[in-house]
Amino acid sequence: MVHNTQLTPELRDLAASIQEAARRAGLDFFETIFELVDYKQLNEIAAYGGFPTRYPHWRFGMDYERLSKSYTYGLSVIYEMVINNDPCYAYLLRANNMVSQKTVIAHVFGHCDFFKNNYWFTKTNRKMLDQMANHASVIRRFIEDVGHDEVEDYIDCCLSLENLIDIYAPFNQAARNVTPANYEDETEHYRGEPVHKLTSSRKYMDSYINPNEFLEGQKQKQEEKAKRKKNFPENPERDVLKFLLEYAPLNSWQKRVLGIVRDEAYYFAPQGQTKILNEGWATYWHSRMMTELHPLQDSEIIDYCDQHSGVIAAAPGQLNPYKLGLELLRHIKRRWDKGQFGIDYVNCEDPKKRSEWDKQLGLGDKKLMEVRKVHNDITFIDAFLDEDFCHEQKMFLYDYDRRNNRYVITNRKFGEIKHSLLGQLTNFGQPIILVKDGNFKNRNELLLEHQHEGTDLKHEFTTECLRNLFKVWQRPVHIETIIEDVKRRVSYDGSSHNVEKI
Amino acid sequence: MESDLNRFRKIVRGKIKKELRRFISSGDLVGRQGNKRITIPLPRIDIPHFSFGNREKGGVGQGDGEVGDTVGQGQPQPGQGQAGEGEGQHSLEVDVTLEELAQILGEELALPNIQNKGKENIEDKKYKYSGILKKGPESLRHFKRTFKEALRRSISTGDYDPDNPVIIPVKEDKRFRSYRITHEKVANAVIVYMMDVSGSMGDEQKEIVRLTAFWLDTWLSTQYNGLERRFIIHDATAREVDSDTFYKTKESGGTLISSAYKLAMKLIEDNFNPHEWNIYLFHFSDGDNWSGNDTADCMKILESSLLPISNMFCYGQVESRYGSGQFLRDLHKHFGETNEGITTCQIKDRDAIMDALKIFLGKGR
Repeated sequence: MVHNTQLTPELRDLAASIQEAARRAGLDFFETIFELVDYKQLNEIAAYGGFPTRYPHWRFGMDYERLSKSYTYGLSVIYEMVINNDPCYAYLLRANNMVSQKTVIAHVFGHCDFFKNNYWFTKTNRKMLDQMANHASVIRRFIEDVGHDEVEDYIDCCLSLENLIDIYAPFNQAARNVTPANYEDETEHYRGEPVHKLTSSRKYMDSYINPNEFLEGQKQKQEEKAKRKKNFPENPERDVLKFLLEYAPLNSWQKRVLGIVRDEAYYFAPQGQTKILNEGWATYWHSRMMTELHPLQDSEIIDYCDQHSGVIAAAPGQLNPYKLGLELLRHIKRRWDKGQFGIDYVNCEDPKKRSEWDKQLGLGDKKLMEVRKVHNDITFIDAFLDEDFCHEQKMFLYDYDRRNNRYVITNRKFGEIKHSLLGQLTNFGQPIILVKDGNFKNRNELLLEHQHEGTDLKHEFTTECLRNLFKVWQRPVHIETIIEDVKRRVSYDGSSHNVEKI
Repeated sequence: MESDLNRFRKIVRGKIKKELRRFISSGDLVGRQGNKRITIPLPRIDIPHFSFGNREKGGVGQGDGEVGDTVGQGQPQPGQGQAGEGEGQHSLEVDVTLEELAQILGEELALPNIQNKGKENIEDKKYKYSGILKKGPESLRHFKRTFKEALRRSISTGDYDPDNPVIIPVKEDKRFRSYRITHEKVANAVIVYMMDVSGSMGDEQKEIVRLTAFWLDTWLSTQYNGLERRFIIHDATAREVDSDTFYKTKESGGTLISSAYKLAMKLIEDNFNPHEWNIYLFHFSDGDNWSGNDTADCMKILESSLLPISNMFCYGQVESRYGSGQFLRDLHKHFGETNEGITTCQIKDRDAIMDALKIFLGKGR
């Protein structure tokens, strides 16, 4: 079926003039292509994660059904969707009114600017639209060759492990590119000269420059190094998928599928890493555009307010990333406009003086641009969420009250709130899991380690995942974690699960 | 997307099959009609990830309230957002029609399709609107055709003004829908459900009977187009009731099973010519008849009248605290355990309903 996705002349002009205003405001984005779609198409695209073409998989069908249902029952409407790609693609819902369209277009330019300039997005593939389509055709070919059920089952396994990636890996290439050749050299060096000494030109000085303790220390270091080399992998590997790709006994199509799942996981990772900042940034800009830079008509204001307040509404007991991001950005702008930063301000304890602090520096806009360039959610919250903000925004901690079977507010202490928030955001809310030993028990079994940070893993999922991991590794698999304060190892050997204390 | 959706639905179907016993033994679906969609909750189908067990976990919130106040719990809304981000945890709700569910039931129990006895001589008139006439009642006026005629006339007479395109139809322009009568062979099956509602049948027993009857009905509905149903309840006397009463009634009294059989016989004689109809008889009881004489009467009626005219006579015996279960033994004694015409089954509890369905419907007659 051919759909006409072209903008109406009215929308086209609108998009052009908003784009113009956005550029004037200093936003810098890839070319942005808007497409006008009906809700059915939008749900379809949304189910595909924003892309028009994805590989065949039932999960997309499930998402589609859920989205359509919740649209049909009026539970939710997707207002905007935009893909990080060059050019950026954004979708407008045909049924939206003109005020919504304006807001969405402005919002989209915020996102596009963020995609292009934020550091955490710099390593993503900007031709992902094409890449996804390629992935789709590759997997379709495997389906034809191998069979639908087998490929789909295998994709299920891979998807089950998709969060086991190292989100910092793309930024850490240098350290990882140690070639095997280097190891060889070192080994020989070690054999020739057992202990590394500092050079001394005079022999009689040697015992001073290289005292015995020092030599012992060096020796120990080298022994440790040699020991480590026997480990496999040498250092615990956070990119579990990469490890599997390299060492699991997969045939070629399985390898390719796993690679595809890993690629897509890395592509989507920065969006999980910058949810608050990204949405906050886009919301900040649609708000400024609609009220200041590309103002609405008087008659549109009420509709706009209605919609905007819906976007930033904070339901009790949860944080709305749109609201948190927006408010924090406004907070930064206010502070830097007034010069509320630096040692003098931080050390000033007089609340009256603090609240009246205004050096009229007007650095807010510049600071915001810098924030959007270098930060992700964790660093953003860490650097800028201060006590004043916390009180202003009435933030609180809540916890589950077992006795009364409900959630209650536990406290409003700044330090604890910030700690908890940062904890939630660590590793974009996913547990940190590493490959500890690829030759566990010297039996080619795989041992993973969960770095426990206070929250246990969901047990039924853990066992399911181990089952899937077994299908990939094809030898018994284990994970070390902490369950109810006791260190345990959960294992799966192909037929049964086993949990033991260690 | 279509194919992904179909893959997903296939998985859902598999899940439903797995959970079928639970659906069948839960009374929630009873009384629903065939082609209406019903929503059934399934455990969430998901791809497992290594993830935090977040039940009973706190977090950071925003808003008014003192320490110790309850936090209002909204489900996290999926709503607005970029693609690829997490939504709240929902259990999966699946819409299926009862008919689909019956099909799934059929697949799961490997039920054979029912063989029609070749009694296809009932015809039904069907009215189908397929033609257009120049005369007819206003209520059947075909707007589009009428308008076209009027437009054609006004253009040909030169009345039509493009700047003021007002079209006024006159009598000759009017067109009306007309129907044609078609004769269709209709399904010709009748089910007579008989239920013992005597005092010895407890609520749970009645519930089991209802559930069984409901699923039988659901399955047979998929096999015949216009299935006729008759409901009889009996204690010491029998009476015909509508389905609502059948499914909901609570009575108590003595038990004379023959009363129900007599009534069923009369019903069939009056309304359903055995030469034209596929007749299914289901009788449910706890097997506690009032007297041996009456049981003998029953056997006589069955042997001489009911069995020869019906496709199938099924007797389902529910176990009750008070019931002796004697009637089933009597049936077996009289007809032998493997009589072609009689299908019997004991339904111990709700879980046994599936098995009962399998026994009743497994013969495909």
